[in-house]
Amino acid sequence: MVDNSEFDDIPGTTVFTAERSREGFHLNQFCTSLKVPENRERFKANEAQYLEEWPMTAGQKRAVLDRDYNAMIAQGGNVYFLAKIFSSDGVSFQSAAASMTGMSEQEYAQMMLAGGRSPEGLRSIKEGR
Amino acid sequence: MARVMAGLTTSHVPAIGAAWDQGLHETPYWAPVFRGYQWTKDWIGEENPDVVILVYNDHASAFSLEMIPTFAIGCADDFAIADEGWGPRPVPTVVGAPRLACHLAQSLILDEFDMTIINQMDVDHGLTVPLSLVFGSPERWPARVIPLAVNVVQYPPPTGERCFKLGRAIRRAVESFDEDLNVQVWGTGGMSHQLQGTRAGLINQEYDRMILDKMTADVAALRAIPHLEYLRETGSEGIEMVMWLIMRGALGDDVEELHRHYHVPASNTAVGHLVLRARD
Repeated sequence: MVDNSEFDDIPGTTVFTAERSREGFHLNQFCTSLKVPENRERFKANEAQYLEEWPMTAGQKRAVLDRDYNAMIAQGGNVYFLAKIFSSDGVSFQSAAASMTGMSEQEYAQMMLAGGRSPEGLRSIKEGR
Repeated sequence: MARVMAGLTTSHVPAIGAAWDQGLHETPYWAPVFRGYQWTKDWIGEENPDVVILVYNDHASAFSLEMIPTFAIGCADDFAIADEGWGPRPVPTVVGAPRLACHLAQSLILDEFDMTIINQMDVDHGLTVPLSLVFGSPERWPARVIPLAVNVVQYPPPTGERCFKLGRAIRRAVESFDEDLNVQVWGTGGMSHQLQGTRAGLINQEYDRMILDKMTADVAALRAIPHLEYLRETGSEGIEMVMWLIMRGALGDDVEELHRHYHVPASNTAVGHLVLRARD
């Protein structure tokens, strides 16, 4: 039997497995729809109404409306699909990534300029490395 | 006979494409990224490859989660530029090499690599950013391109070992083609980066440099890296470096490093670039 429990040992990381893909299918399908310009316009005109066209859970819809990317990922969203949302918003990948870390956009940008986030202590919770 | 003469690896960060398209490549932030590709631009002009087999991953542009092919090869006459949410990049349509691509597809499947065959597909930044970095902004891309898409979006991607062996099979298949062609294989993606969660922004320069070194010095070690190690050491998206091993396998046993470039950061990502020549 496949055992993905080791992924939970990597802090601050969600691995997009087939199971998560099942959970997030409609959320990610909604994201895919935003690659069509007319769909982007309809979404922007009335976000809640557009989301009603997709059989997503209430929690997934809430997370999209709130642009809460961690909540979307926790409910099966995949970041490459979620990118269609922030691209439609005109938000950069760096800014969207920053929003998931609890850092301000400026702090995050500064961290990247200084060489990025060190893997030290972030490889494994149980091994503390 | 066609031959795989050389290969290269490069990151394919979307922000690099956006910076290039907006003419920001000489700004203080972007100049160090692009500077490392000048050598390659000069080199490619002399090498003048007929065909590039471009190994990359689609980012929810051509493939949704409806179907998820592990390895897919583009056999079309041409490939339109994808709209990724902000309109298509202003770059030329990618012209394919259907006769070679069909030969590769058939050869690879009979060599036990079960390729998915693509007859129509839009290509996204994963494929077009490497073309811009190496060829600049020509009116038409100077080489024909065979897209080879690898699933690295939904876990698990193919193993590094499997990718390396696919590269070897590509080398055999190219050599059995009846036309004299100078073929290159490009492996794209990486290096360390994580785009999600509270660990976003992870960069592991030491590990990245180890990978750059071992692409020539000890590829056997790279072939053996398990997925969990990529996830821990290089971030959840760094795992796409398995695609580099397809390129490396396609160059044969003995390769020479011609050029190297490494820079942090481009947006969320460590940029890594190698140019390798096959010696066999």
